[in-house]
Amino acid sequence: MKYEAVIGLEIHCELKTKTKIFCGCATGFGADQNTHVCPVCLGLPGVLPTINKRVVEFAIKAGLATNCEINKYSKFDRKNYYYPDLPKNWQTSQYDLPIAIHGWVDIDTEDGRKRIRLTRIHMEEDAGKLVHSGTNIKNSLTSNVDYNRTGVPLLEIVSEPDLRSAEEARTYMEKIKTIMQYIDVSNCRMEEGNLRADVNVSLRPVGSETLGTRTEMKNINSFKGLEDAINYEVERQREVLEDGGHIVQETRTWDPERGMTLSMRSKENAHDYRYMPEPDLPPIVTTDEQIAKYRDELPELPDARRERLEKDYGLSDYDAGIITGSRASAEYFDAVVAAGADAKLAANWMMGDLAKNLNAENLTIEQSPVDAKRLGAMIGLISKGTISSKIAKKVFKEMWTCPDDPEKIVKDKGLVQITDTSAIEGIVDEVIAANEKAVNDYKGGNKKAIGALVGQVMKKTRGKANPQMVNKLLAQKLNG
Amino acid sequence: MKVTKDDLDNVAVLSRLTIPSEEAPQYIEQLDKFLTYVDNLAQVDTEEVRPTTYALPIQNVFRDDVVKPSLDREAALSNAPLKEDGYFKVPKVLED
Amino acid sequence: MRLYNKPAHVLHDMLVSGEITSVQLTQDVLARIDEVEGDVRAYLTLTRDEALAQAKAVDAKIAAGEPISFLEGIPGAIKDNICTKGVKTTCASKILEHFVPPYDATVMTKINKENPVILGKTNMDEFAMGGSTENSGFFPTHNPWNTECVPGGSSGGSAAAVAAGTAIWAIGSDTGGSIRQPASFCGVVGMKPTYGRVSRYGLVAYASSLDQIGPLTRDVTDCAHLLNIISGHDEMDSTSSDVPVPDYTKSLVSDVKGLKIGLPREYFVKGMDPEVEKTVRAAIDQFRSMGAEVVDISLPHTDYAISTYYLIAPAEAATNLERYDGVSYGERVDGEDLVEMMTNTRSELFGEEVKRRIIIGNYALSAGYYDAYYLKAMKVRTLVQQDFTVAFRDVDVIMAPTAPTPAYKIGAMIDDPLQMYLQDACTVPVNLAGLPGISIPCGFSSQNMPIGLQIIGKPLGEETLLRAAYTYEQSQNFHQQMANLGGKEA
Repeated sequence: MKYEAVIGLEIHCELKTKTKIFCGCATGFGADQNTHVCPVCLGLPGVLPTINKRVVEFAIKAGLATNCEINKYSKFDRKNYYYPDLPKNWQTSQYDLPIAIHGWVDIDTEDGRKRIRLTRIHMEEDAGKLVHSGTNIKNSLTSNVDYNRTGVPLLEIVSEPDLRSAEEARTYMEKIKTIMQYIDVSNCRMEEGNLRADVNVSLRPVGSETLGTRTEMKNINSFKGLEDAINYEVERQREVLEDGGHIVQETRTWDPERGMTLSMRSKENAHDYRYMPEPDLPPIVTTDEQIAKYRDELPELPDARRERLEKDYGLSDYDAGIITGSRASAEYFDAVVAAGADAKLAANWMMGDLAKNLNAENLTIEQSPVDAKRLGAMIGLISKGTISSKIAKKVFKEMWTCPDDPEKIVKDKGLVQITDTSAIEGIVDEVIAANEKAVNDYKGGNKKAIGALVGQVMKKTRGKANPQMVNKLLAQKLNG
Repeated sequence: MKVTKDDLDNVAVLSRLTIPSEEAPQYIEQLDKFLTYVDNLAQVDTEEVRPTTYALPIQNVFRDDVVKPSLDREAALSNAPLKEDGYFKVPKVLED
Repeated sequence: MRLYNKPAHVLHDMLVSGEITSVQLTQDVLARIDEVEGDVRAYLTLTRDEALAQAKAVDAKIAAGEPISFLEGIPGAIKDNICTKGVKTTCASKILEHFVPPYDATVMTKINKENPVILGKTNMDEFAMGGSTENSGFFPTHNPWNTECVPGGSSGGSAAAVAAGTAIWAIGSDTGGSIRQPASFCGVVGMKPTYGRVSRYGLVAYASSLDQIGPLTRDVTDCAHLLNIISGHDEMDSTSSDVPVPDYTKSLVSDVKGLKIGLPREYFVKGMDPEVEKTVRAAIDQFRSMGAEVVDISLPHTDYAISTYYLIAPAEAATNLERYDGVSYGERVDGEDLVEMMTNTRSELFGEEVKRRIIIGNYALSAGYYDAYYLKAMKVRTLVQQDFTVAFRDVDVIMAPTAPTPAYKIGAMIDDPLQMYLQDACTVPVNLAGLPGISIPCGFSSQNMPIGLQIIGKPLGEETLLRAAYTYEQSQNFHQQMANLGGKEA
């Protein structure tokens, strides 16, 4: 039987607020253990939470940016379960009235664009961190708890089970990351755990409409881990089903070192979270007016930006997709164009030499030694004919290590293209005189032989001659 | 009886409480008596009634995103039953 | 001259006039504690040294000619579920036996600004769950009027201290009657303000949507002053009301002419002690004779209030008390692993009533029962509130007994939790509706036990309550009588 995978993601996205969701403690990453804590986030007897306004604003913006409907009446609930990283032994979250519902995002797949539906987006608090004294959680005799992260605001973005492969899941998570970066609500640093996913995977026979039994893998914090975990789990489930077995509904952990998912033995048959409305936090009521205001404040979103690049600059859908793949990259592109560069050349350079150099040194585009202004200026020199595309590569290489303007580099290194006909003419004459065979071939009807002659001229001018001009002069002289 | 031993065991686990078996019958009896009493609510027609979650009709109470001082770590840990290197220390965690 | 038996406003005037010093006053109250605390046991923690130091500082201030605020230099006590920075706050639970909060409750911040003398923390039913203070994890408190009787609860320690003269004033909390009922049992004035009038920040939560802090005092005048001090919006409590606080002492006016009083027929029903009914009706007649108008009203969902309350409060409590797990504060009972440690800690250190309510609460919240119990209760709560809304279209205040009986013997009801819950019938509807309620002394039983009259007001109607209570108080002297503790001087 042929099976298809049915995958849904719950993405946890840490918001970049200054303070925690329910208290005034700072959210900064990497502080000494238990120094960003107060009575409220420690869950001491008697404390009460207060809602960080910015969290609500960010959540509504995230909802609008993913085409959600904003719940005009939204509230917080207590999700009860015992764990030492959760000081109150409940997580303040949202249950039946989340801030945003029924959204969607489009992703690019092999079969074209695909719409992934979002069930909901809700606000909640992050838990603290357990540090285990042994080599892993299972053989530790004791654990240590750090509550710095307790109460850091999270959005949980829940998708419908619309994803069909590990690749789609990855593309979808990348898209969510891009959108959250565009609207500037999260740093989305995976390595700091800003973006993590719980993944639900099930299989069903191709053509079937009913969902199979699913397993859940929690806290996957890299794109590679996401793909590997899904691929492993799909294969594992396929084998179980093909052997006539049944999938057990359970939570499994992804062990990146061993490259496999492992069952977490379940002590309580099912978690009963006993959700109840949080009586200490008044509901959040949002008006159409406020929603319109937040909508106005949203920046241009990736899909719209991509469309604009295609329409205004004639970029291909693929190129526009890459350029708008992150807000930083899209902004870089706009700045290159603003500095006077041709848009298509700008796209080519960004996806070519710039990307290659960044990757080689593991830099983000914000860290690029060649900023948008200088790249724009350099591309301008190509368009003006000051340098050839070939010379431009040299200039770019120079710019990577030298902060000077491209004009100065071109001048200092003597890389200005020779466009003076008389200067080129002499060299053309020299080359014609020295390459009798090629000249005869050309004259004998092999027009391609001119290439060798052009190459010789370029070599003699160390690439600085304008190739079009060389071609033209050679043709004139040979035909004349 | 509305309440079974299984019900009690289940709710005890949810409550992180151990009910010694010799006390279980009394808990069951009291819970049963209580639930029988509160069943009078079933007589009330609440078809069209909205639940009251909050005692007051307050909404949209927010705090500005401004950092306030945290506790000194020493104060934060001052009531800890067991601590180590600035951490709260707990017995081993068996995942569930 | 003994001072412990006077209300705060009298003592304040004596301090201002220089007739007494705060040290004298504090020493007198400490002497009273030495005399009777062994019989009453109102306190869990006494802070004698700090109290005397505070008194000395106030005397120095007075000597320097500086003005003093109302509560300045006057000894009072705080219920032990209100967080006091640096002073143990146990909620009368073994699980918090050594817990010292690193922060002050907002009411403490407000009270401390007044420079009072704080004598200590008072006994209560563990986590405020109970109506007799027998559920204290440490020891029961005794009623000063008859030490074989309960003082009521859960603020039994606060009420008993004020009644015994071991505190001039006290702060309590009221979730289903926990200020009003012990005030009634002990013959003092106790007010539960409107939900949201006083910040709950730092009040250890029992049932968050019902809890409210309030004063227990010798008379209505002190009540008004205390209310001035503790009321007001708090940014740390999102459910606190931002309606400006009036000067409640302006309501201390002896006039009830034209006041419309509603008597809910559902509150005067079978099971009520005939002496209580007679005494309360006599008090209402007194109001009538002073010019108030009395009408019968109906609060039709009263019969469902107990069920509603005893589903909502335990459900909220079950989650509020999840944090006591031995991890980061409080006591710990060891176990092989984390789950065992948490379970051992909670099983061994919570008292019976607390465990019973946690079980009820989690049952009502658990899968399959939520709609039938918890959700249903929240809906009936709406109807209980609506009853009051409708009634208050026609009347200014509602009057009823505070409790169906005077204080009963210690141990009389401890084995029958449901019977105990039914005692709260007259007080829990007020919490469900978030209304203000006050209990004032209105007479004594044939056994010489105090009886309280409850006056219930509209939301934020504390001024009307105070005016009615003050007017009544001026017409009699019940509030001036103090318990004759086993023949010890009163």
